[in-house]
Amino acid sequence: MSIRDIFRKNQKKRYATIPTEKAKNDVPEGIMMKCPECRKNVFTKDLMKNLKVCPTCDHHMKMTAWERVEIFLDEDSFESMDDHLETVNPLNFPSYTEKIKADAQKTGLNEAVLTGIGTLDEQQVVVAIMDSHFRMGSMGSVVGEKITRAVEKATELRLPFIIFTASGGARMQEGVLSLMQMAKTSVALRRHSDHGLLYISILTHPTTGGVSASFASVGDINIAEPKALIGFAGRRVIEQTVREKLPEDFQTAEFLLNHGQLDAIIHRKEMRAKVASIVHLHMIKEVKAW
Amino acid sequence: MVKVLPFEEPIIQLKTKIEELKEYTANADVDMSVEIVNLETRLKKLEQEIYENMEPWDRVQVARHPSRPTTRDYIQLLCTEFIELHGDRLYGDDAAIIGGIALFEGKPITIIGHQRGIDTKENIKRNFGMPHPEGYRKALRLMKQAEKFNRPIICMIDTKGAYPGKAAEERGQSEAIARNLVEMAGLKVPVISVVIGEGGSGGALALGVANHIHMLENSTYSVISPEGAASILWKDASLAKQAAEAMKITAPDLKKMDIIDSVIPEVHGGAHKDIKAQANYMKEVLINSLKNLAILTPDELIEDRYNKFKNIGEFNE
Repeated sequence: MSIRDIFRKNQKKRYATIPTEKAKNDVPEGIMMKCPECRKNVFTKDLMKNLKVCPTCDHHMKMTAWERVEIFLDEDSFESMDDHLETVNPLNFPSYTEKIKADAQKTGLNEAVLTGIGTLDEQQVVVAIMDSHFRMGSMGSVVGEKITRAVEKATELRLPFIIFTASGGARMQEGVLSLMQMAKTSVALRRHSDHGLLYISILTHPTTGGVSASFASVGDINIAEPKALIGFAGRRVIEQTVREKLPEDFQTAEFLLNHGQLDAIIHRKEMRAKVASIVHLHMIKEVKAW
Repeated sequence: MVKVLPFEEPIIQLKTKIEELKEYTANADVDMSVEIVNLETRLKKLEQEIYENMEPWDRVQVARHPSRPTTRDYIQLLCTEFIELHGDRLYGDDAAIIGGIALFEGKPITIIGHQRGIDTKENIKRNFGMPHPEGYRKALRLMKQAEKFNRPIICMIDTKGAYPGKAAEERGQSEAIARNLVEMAGLKVPVISVVIGEGGSGGALALGVANHIHMLENSTYSVISPEGAASILWKDASLAKQAAEAMKITAPDLKKMDIIDSVIPEVHGGAHKDIKAQANYMKEVLINSLKNLAILTPDELIEDRYNKFKNIGEFNE
C-alpha cells in the first residue's frame, strides 16, 4: 500500500467491526450514558446536573442512595446510622454471603437501605433511602432493622420520617424472616404515628411486593416519581393468573394516582422543595387562635 | 374417598393387606388371626415412624390436602354461636375471608379467617381463599369493631397468598395489606393468630400481627411458595421439594427460629383425619393464650406486639 492510498477516501474496507447487541446498547461508562427509555445518549455531566432525568424524554433514571442524599438534603447535613449492621445467611443459601459482599463493595452500603438524620431546608428529618443497586433493594433482616431503628429514632426525637422506596420486595434468601420485617417496620411506624408525627413515603422505581405491601403504602402522604413501577404482584404473574393483556400503564405511578392510591406524583426537580414545604407546614404546631 | 398422599402409601398398602386377610379368615377355612395381630402391630409401628418423621414436603402436602379443615370448620367446633358479618363498607364482600362475632367458652370474641372452598364451585366463589383488598378491609373493619367492644380477636390464617389480579391492584392490594399491618399493631385488645393451613406471604401476614402466633403442626408459613422459591432461586419449579426444606417453612422450623409461640400438635396423619380431636387441641391452646393476654392492659398489649416483632430478624451488630 502506498502512502497515497492511506489518504484516499473511497478505498475498500478490509476490516469491519460488528458490534454485539450488548455493545450497541452500552455506552462506555463515565463520559456518556444512554437513557434506558428513549435510547438517546446524554453526557453524564449534563445528566447529573439534570438530577438523572433524561433531558430528551424526561425519564427518571435510577439513583443511588447517596445521590439522593445529595439532591434532597441540605449540603453536608446528613449523618448516616447503623452502617455497622451485617447481613448473615440464616438459611445457609449457597453464595448468598458472597452476593451481599459484592453488592456492598459495588454500592458502598452495608445493605439495600441508607438511613440517617439530616436537614431538609433547615428542618431536621430522619430519612431512609432504599437503593435498588443492592440486591434489587430487597428487604431482609438488616433492611428491616435499619428502617425500624430509623423510625424509632424519629419517634424518640419527635421528627418527621421520610422514606424513598425502591425495592423488588422481600428477600427470598432469608425466607420468613424477610416476611416478618414487614410486620416489624409496621409496628414501629404505628408508634411513630401515635405520637402525632409525620411520615412521608416517596415511592420510586420500582416499588413492589412486600415493600409496597408494608411501609411504602402507609405514609400520611404517599408521593411517587413519574412513571415509577409500583405494585403488589408482578406483571407476568398477573397476566398468567387473569389471562388477559394488561394495559400499557398498568402499575405505573400514573395508574395508581388514577385509582386513588397516591396523593401526588412529583417531578424529581420539584421533589425537594415540595416535600420541604409539606414538612414545614406540619411543623407549625402552636396555632393558638385564628 | 380421601386423597392419599405419597408418603402415606406404605401405611395404606399394609392396611389393605390386613383387610384382605380379615376377609380371608372370615370366608375361608383358614385361621390367620395370628398374622393379622402381627401385621396390626407392624402397622402401628409404621404409622408412628412415618407420621413422626415427616419431611417438610410431606407437611406441605398435608397443609394443602383438599379435605383439610378450614376456618369455618374450626369456628363451628370451637364456638357455640357464630354470627357472620359481611362487607368492607367501601366496595364489596370478599368471600375469601369470613368473619364475625362468636361465643367461645361462653365469652364474646371476634373471629376472622381466610376461607377456602371445599369443592370447585365453592372455590370459585371464594377465589380459592385468595383475598382481594376488600377482604382485608372487611377483616380490619371487624377488628376495629372488636376493639370498640373490647372483644379479643382470633385470626385463622389459611391462604396461598393475596390474589394477584388486575382488579386487586386497581383497588390497592398493597395498601390493604399494609394498612392491616399498621392497624393491627395498635389494637387495644388481645390478638391471637393461628396458621391452620398454608400461610402464604403478605396475604397471610395481613391477619398475622398478633400477640401470640400458633401454627398447626402440618401448616406452613413462608415468604413465597416452595414452587415460587424454586423457580426464582434455581429457575426450576420442579425443585419445590428441596425449596420446602431450604426455606424453613414448617411449624417446627418457625418454632426453632422463635418466630411463633407454639406448635399445635396434629392428630396422626393430619387434621383432616379427626377434625373434632384437632379442634380440641386448638381449643386448649387458645384458652391458654387468652388467659395469658387477659391480664395485660391495652398499652401492655400493644407493647407486647411491638417487642414481639421488633425482635425478629437475624444479623450481626
